Amino acid sequence: MPKLIKDKAIVENTWQWLAASEDDTARVVPEGQVIVPLKLWLDQRDTLGKRQNIGVYLQNDENPEALKDDAQNLPLIAIEFPSFMDGRGFSLGRLLRERYNFTGELRAAGGFMRDQLTYLSRCGFNAFDCNETFDLDSALSSLNDLPEYYQSAADQELPLFRRRL
Amino acid sequence: MYAYDQYDHQIISDRVAQFRGQTERYLAGDLKEEEFLPLRLQNGLYVQRLAPMLRVNVPYGMLNSTQLRRLAHIARAYDKGYCHISTRQNIQFNWPELANVPDILTELAEVEMHATQSSGNCIRNTTSDQFAGIAPDELIDPRPYCEIIRQWSTLHPEFAFLPRKFKVAVTGANDDRAAVQLHDIGLQVIQNDAGEIGFKVLVGGGLGRTPVLGSLVKEFLPQQHLLSYMEAILRVYNLLGRRDNKYKARIKILVRAMGAEAFAEKVNTEWAFIKDGPSTLTLEEIERAKRFFTEPAYETLDAAAAETALSAQAEENKAFKIWLTRNVRDHRKAGYAAVTLSLKPTGVAPGDVTDSQLDTIAGLADRFSFAEVRTTHEQNIVMGDVRKTDLYELWQAAKVAGFATPNIGTLTDMICCPGGDFCSLANAKSIPIAESIQRRFDDMDYLYDLGDIDLNISGCMNACGHHHVGHIGILGVDKKGAEFYQVQLGGSAGSDASLGKVLGPAFGQDEMSDVISKRRVY
Repeated sequence: MPKLIKDKAIVENTWQWLAASEDDTARVVPEGQVIVPLKLWLDQRDTLGKRQNIGVYLQNDENPEALKDDAQNLPLIAIEFPSFMDGRGFSLGRLLRERYNFTGELRAAGGFMRDQLTYLSRCGFNAFDCNETFDLDSALSSLNDLPEYYQSAADQELPLFRRRL
Repeated sequence: MYAYDQYDHQIISDRVAQFRGQTERYLAGDLKEEEFLPLRLQNGLYVQRLAPMLRVNVPYGMLNSTQLRRLAHIARAYDKGYCHISTRQNIQFNWPELANVPDILTELAEVEMHATQSSGNCIRNTTSDQFAGIAPDELIDPRPYCEIIRQWSTLHPEFAFLPRKFKVAVTGANDDRAAVQLHDIGLQVIQNDAGEIGFKVLVGGGLGRTPVLGSLVKEFLPQQHLLSYMEAILRVYNLLGRRDNKYKARIKILVRAMGAEAFAEKVNTEWAFIKDGPSTLTLEEIERAKRFFTEPAYETLDAAAAETALSAQAEENKAFKIWLTRNVRDHRKAGYAAVTLSLKPTGVAPGDVTDSQLDTIAGLADRFSFAEVRTTHEQNIVMGDVRKTDLYELWQAAKVAGFATPNIGTLTDMICCPGGDFCSLANAKSIPIAESIQRRFDDMDYLYDLGDIDLNISGCMNACGHHHVGHIGILGVDKKGAEFYQVQLGGSAGSDASLGKVLGPAFGQDEMSDVISKRRVY
């Protein structure tokens, strides 16, 4: 089973990723833990909402406001990073955590890189699925590259000027 | 000026350690070229035509003599004995070895300097008025707010991978010397009728391929909301700015496409969610920042006596008199003056300064100006707090060191990017053009008759030499592999900011000094 980083540890990825397709409305979502596209979730929300093992993923041009009413119940939300240069996902993470009060697993998926882990975790991500494109063992240390910081973000509400001694 | 505490030191030294690891992984082949690219850029490192270029931030232009000496040491030990003052008040080294850059950054961190976000698609160094805190026309010192912005923007986790670079400038004076209309965010510190301090906020100004003046999005933003409002602007830009075409990716394109009103509306909607949240500035924090920018230990001087003595010296020595007129400015404190050291003598690339000159400036600052200087976006260095009675002595010392060229504000005090001699983006060289024009205008009397003229030269349309806003702007273009130059007239970077209009055809390099000398209309 492929691996990922979650809560500062290397774990097995137990979730299945359901890629988007044309006919999401009528699509049957398999059993088990499945991460589904936003559109499919919205189409089948009444039935899927009864399962406890459905996660939702957002592409980075999708508005997280669509999950405003669901964020507090979903066990997992993933955000797809098409490339490490595209920083929209950082804002989406903060919005989900800070505005929509999402407390489940917030997973970064796709093309981010190891050197972004520290910023991603500040933006609220606690799981990182890079398809093992970088070495997870050595990447773990990057999570703590910048332990002190100035700004308020998802991991620490108080900016440094409210904490400074 | 600002002094680091243990938090600032930790944040910057952790950053250096992070980059050291990244550089080692890159050199060992463990980090791909395209992945290392944004990481090195966000630590100030470009790969140029001949060698890497390291851009070091000079926050809002303030430097102390310890920092000057360290920069001199870096120029000596790691470079070819000189560095360059950029048009955004920063310092650039043109010849460092990549493997040495982490050591250079360590040396900088020891003197409270860094290169974090001096390049890349992120929030860059905040610039300001080189006469902040000393100009007679200033209402409020912008530097405490610049420092608050520096801290907020440094290593901001959400805004490190924006669609494109993002520049902020702040002024607190009536006469805008920080070009706030030409920045992604331009802030003017103001006071409203109720006596409250706040900001007039402009968004979407900039030069480059699509020069445009900023749009007003907030008439009065109370000071405590500075960071949450900027966060709202940046978030809207991060989410909606174009990423499909790097030439359409700056916030100015988004503001234009949406319309300034619709953009402001979107920002207000976003802001409503975070306004009054934890990023709201406390009065204590504003006061803390202000404490670093109090007046130095000025003496109570007999201004009238100093003035009389100065007049006598000026009558005796014509060269000194001219220098006083061009390079010395009024100060808000009686008996003091601000002196601009010219880095534009003929034959030196505009803004270049050697290691020994940096040491000399440090010595002069210690002797004459409370150990501090300011870099300017016109690529000179200002000594902010000089006693008028010391001016003659300072002039003599500056003359020996080569800084006393009395050309500040004149045509030969030109803004000039490094151009094709160094930069891999350039279409044409700019330094030789600057030099040929300086040689052509070697008659100082004629220059003074012409009066204040901004001549700005960029080697390509990225406009690092701010050619759009020069009274005369020169733009290097490539025509079928040959270097040509377009001339523009009528630009201005001040409070009356305007963009120049292109004049007819482009000219060859040998024609340029003739072309400029024929423009008798100035």
